[in-house]
Amino acid sequence: MSSDDIIICKNLNKYYSGVHALKDLSLDIKKDSVVGLIGDNGAGKSTLIKILSGAHSADSGQIYFEGNEVKFKSTKEAMNLGIETIYQYSALIPEMSIARNIFIGREKTKYNLGPLGIMKRKEMEDAAMKALTDVELHLRSPETPVNQLSGGERQGVVIARAMYFKSKVLILDEPTNHLSVKETNKVLRFVEGLKKQGVTSIFITHNLSHVFPIADHLCVMARGEKIADMEKKDTSIEELTDLLVNG
Amino acid sequence: MSNNKFSIRSLLVRPEIATLIMFFAIMIGFYIANERFLDARNIRIVMGITPEYIIVAIGIAILMISGEFDLSVGSVFALVPMSIVQLVHQGIPPWVAIMIGLMIGIAVGFVNGFITLRFGIPSFIATLGMLYIARSLTTVATAGFPPPFPHILPNELFVFQFELFRASLYWALLVAVVLGIMLHRSNVGNWIYATGGDTNAAASMGIKTKNVKMFCFILCGFLAGFAGMIQTFRLEAPLPSQGYLLELESIAAAVIGGVSLFGGIGTVFGAMIGAILIRFLESGIIMARIDAEWFRAGLGSLIIISVIFNTFISRRATQVGQNKAKE
Repeated sequence: MSSDDIIICKNLNKYYSGVHALKDLSLDIKKDSVVGLIGDNGAGKSTLIKILSGAHSADSGQIYFEGNEVKFKSTKEAMNLGIETIYQYSALIPEMSIARNIFIGREKTKYNLGPLGIMKRKEMEDAAMKALTDVELHLRSPETPVNQLSGGERQGVVIARAMYFKSKVLILDEPTNHLSVKETNKVLRFVEGLKKQGVTSIFITHNLSHVFPIADHLCVMARGEKIADMEKKDTSIEELTDLLVNG
Repeated sequence: MSNNKFSIRSLLVRPEIATLIMFFAIMIGFYIANERFLDARNIRIVMGITPEYIIVAIGIAILMISGEFDLSVGSVFALVPMSIVQLVHQGIPPWVAIMIGLMIGIAVGFVNGFITLRFGIPSFIATLGMLYIARSLTTVATAGFPPPFPHILPNELFVFQFELFRASLYWALLVAVVLGIMLHRSNVGNWIYATGGDTNAAASMGIKTKNVKMFCFILCGFLAGFAGMIQTFRLEAPLPSQGYLLELESIAAAVIGGVSLFGGIGTVFGAMIGAILIRFLESGIIMARIDAEWFRAGLGSLIIISVIFNTFISRRATQVGQNKAKE
């Protein structure tokens, strides 16, 4: 355990109705790094991120965030600490505008009555445009509904949202699934940009060739266990492929 | 940044525009058929009854935007005023009776929401059950035959006939303005659209989607009861059959006004125009000396046309956007 680890998982276990989905998993995640979490379907990647994002809780084991033990009861609690998750299914509402999507649940309001208030639309729209520009995503108008964007642009909006709310850790669940090569490259550039802005990202994928070029650290999972955990400089695509295939 | 620039293209892809086009087409069409269709007398008659339907349609529209249905509004529309009248006959002071009556509307909305959300069943079924239950309660509450209207009730406050409009229109406008601001300008509105647009995505952003839907169920029940009270105050006769088939007509008004059956799309303004359109269609058919039985055929056609229109528009909107993205 060193002080530059932002998340430390210790001996996490999770059972789903008798199935041991996560077996004694320990993992240290360094600050400002890109961690590639790879594994085939059913390897336990999704279980791990659900626990890290607060959607589920582990049956045993501890999670330390910035040195303090945390137990999330909801995704909101994790989000408040700065852990944001981008799920496989889009966390955007297709018919709503980019600006409204960026601020869902965290609207800027005036004339507040408890948690209720009138949205400051101009401010939200300007902030949305700035957030998009910060991740090098240049879209015409913050009023554009999200269903008019390409898959890569949508991931960009989600990443911009996480950046805007000063996330410290961004968990990306298969962000390049179903995307064309060009769109995939866009998303990879967004993730590279995150590191420069001091955001740690955990990139989950079953496609090694997507994450390898941008990752600092790689973790391979199979059957709910961690089977490899190494710095990129100590490994190669060939070695990891072999691990993935032969487990 | 020139995003406030007026754009005809972006205006044409708004669903309420289709509603407005149909509205003017129908108004002009019936005016040609009979000039008296738009004279003050006819407008006074039609706008005297329309506010009640506007209020129910707004409640239904907001609930539909959140992704749920309420088929019990027609029955609540009868149950609430019947309760108020019977309570007054029991010696309860009028304003207390009104408060209790409106609370019954809220309670029905709550039960609808509770059954739907707690047991995870379609609101279509939960509120279909409530349609029968609330209607049955109304009939039971009449105890045989409709009670007389107690004139100590402050009905003039809600239905007083001014020169052209009734007070009820101003109540409906108040409802429209307050709920329009809530839906389109407040953060609650953002949560309602998000919940109806994609419940999972909204929940993953920390929206308490069940609370949002519950709020919309309660609002819908309250508005149906309030509107029913206005109708009874106008007719000065509490009828157990009041609001029969109103649930379908309110959904029709919302759909004609551009509200999506799948949630996440629609406006208060659209629902309001939808409700007004239906009433003028009804009046126009009578004024044009067409057999009144054709009203339902006209309404049916209008529903189908408006949904086809809106589907076309939303597809067109997506194309416009994708072309823009390619530019």
